[in-house]
Amino acid sequence: MDVAVSIRNAVKRYGATTALAGVSLDITNNAFFTLLGPSGCGKTTLLRMIAGFEAASEGEILLFGQNIVDLEPHLRPVNTVFQNYALFPHMSVIDNVAFGLRMKGVEIAARRAKAGRMLELVHLSALADRLPSQLSGGQQQRVALARALAPEPKVLLLDEPLSALDLKLRQAMRVELKQLQEETGITFLFVTHDQDEALAMSDRIAVMSQGLVQQVGTARDIYEVPVNRFVAEFIGETNLIDVEVTRVSDGMADLVLPSGQRLRCSSAATATGRHALSIRPERVTVTPDGQLTATVERVVYMGSDLRLLTRLEGGREFTVRIQNAARTAVPEPGARIGLKLEEGAARLLAD
Amino acid sequence: MKGVRHYPGFLAITLVCLAVLYVPLLVVAVYSFNASTSITKWGGFSLRWYVDVFTGPEAERFGLATWNSLTIALIAASIATAVAMSAALAMIRGGRFRGRGASYALINLPLMVPEMVVAVATLIFFTTIGLTTGYLTIVLAHITFCIPFAYLPIAARLSGIEDSYEQAARDLYATRWQAFRLVLLPLLGPGLMSGWLLAFIISLDDFIITNFVKGAGMETLPTAIFGSVKQGIKPNIMAISSLMLLVSILFVSLSYIINRRGRRAAP
Repeated sequence: MDVAVSIRNAVKRYGATTALAGVSLDITNNAFFTLLGPSGCGKTTLLRMIAGFEAASEGEILLFGQNIVDLEPHLRPVNTVFQNYALFPHMSVIDNVAFGLRMKGVEIAARRAKAGRMLELVHLSALADRLPSQLSGGQQQRVALARALAPEPKVLLLDEPLSALDLKLRQAMRVELKQLQEETGITFLFVTHDQDEALAMSDRIAVMSQGLVQQVGTARDIYEVPVNRFVAEFIGETNLIDVEVTRVSDGMADLVLPSGQRLRCSSAATATGRHALSIRPERVTVTPDGQLTATVERVVYMGSDLRLLTRLEGGREFTVRIQNAARTAVPEPGARIGLKLEEGAARLLAD
Repeated sequence: MKGVRHYPGFLAITLVCLAVLYVPLLVVAVYSFNASTSITKWGGFSLRWYVDVFTGPEAERFGLATWNSLTIALIAASIATAVAMSAALAMIRGGRFRGRGASYALINLPLMVPEMVVAVATLIFFTTIGLTTGYLTIVLAHITFCIPFAYLPIAARLSGIEDSYEQAARDLYATRWQAFRLVLLPLLGPGLMSGWLLAFIISLDDFIITNFVKGAGMETLPTAIFGSVKQGIKPNIMAISSLMLLVSILFVSLSYIINRRGRRAAP
């Protein structure tokens, strides 16, 4: 498959601080790729380096094979949807959308026709002659999208574009963004700190932390097969318990649970000794004959499901999520319960 | 919390302040319509002094001085605005550079240096480099002291414009120059206009520096008025002062309105 963007050992330093500590990534053409991480992890810096607003301290950025690190922003065939949209306040919606085409020298009739089609694509044809200040946040967001897509960039860069919208709109836009990506066939590189957003839209996700890529994979990969503690804790909710690993081979590990029971599970760790075992709260069932024993401390009602906050023998906290179905038997606080791990529920992490 | 209006003596202090500030102006404005030749006794309403300004014995002198003042203000304000804009771009968009703090101080220092000192220094400077004092030296001096006044509204405006607009333009294939001309300049417009108007009015109004560097036979409106007053205050001076006041109020209001409108239109 074609590689749209190839980042090779990208480093960015600001004085003494390092924002990117050597990132290498290949982003497949035609994909919805997400950079996911907490604020300060370097994801936005990386995006701005691809757009050309930040110079790389080291490394290469290849766009379809061409090294673009020395190109001025206006010479890079990528367009950005900015976090605050940055619509030109003195230009009408249609002029905003046509701006990129105008700069590329497309003549006025052609660029207005193209801009009109882009506005259709984002369902805003009726507002073409308005000023940005006369639009709602959601509408401005769509104009920003149309403006960035109009010049048909080779890669569309999206810098947390949904963060200013309210929850309902954000959820609707997720579906729309993914559809838009599929319809246009343009590679989307999306930056977010919101894991739900990332999981819902992305073909592939790069989880970043402290200027490094921690893991690259599909949404399922990073949720179910996290490589390290950071990814396991950052994506979704998880329980971490310390276990003694007795044998590791071929990505599988034999270990001893705190209860003394033995368990064989998939492993990111490659050495024996003490490691963290990650168990997702929804992959555990409450039964009398579990591999772990715990005491229920609190039951939290969450609507579609219930959260049991329990304490394992030995003192570790452990959260269990159970569905709020009619036949669910909800244990009382203080009850001693057995916890059974579903097949594949546990994952041994590297440090 | 109590509103400021409720503090004891608020009304009295306010009235005294307002009186000190505006009663003299009011007196001049009212007496400019005085029919009598006295500047203190009211002799009924008349427009004779306004007629006198335009047709009286001093009309030609004042006319020429006004022309000088207006053209000098126009040139000085325009050049000062251009320089101030460049300075603001460097200070606010130029990133961190060595001597940024010093530059800021240097740009604004003329606001704090006593005008008398500047006047003397400027005169000495012109004499030293052998420049004959006259129209040109007035323009040069005015450009210099107008820069900080033009700089303030332009810098305020510019720091309110996020750099993501220029970045968006650059991202959409605009060169640096196109991004400046098509995006930043229109957004900066109200600040430039406001800076220009302020510089214009400051130049129009200047007396001390102008008086030092104008040379013999050269008059601007303020120096002409002063010259005329030295021979005794006649009510025509009140008329001409009132006209100047009117122009000043007009320009300052214009600057204010443009700035406010701009702020509302801005994101």
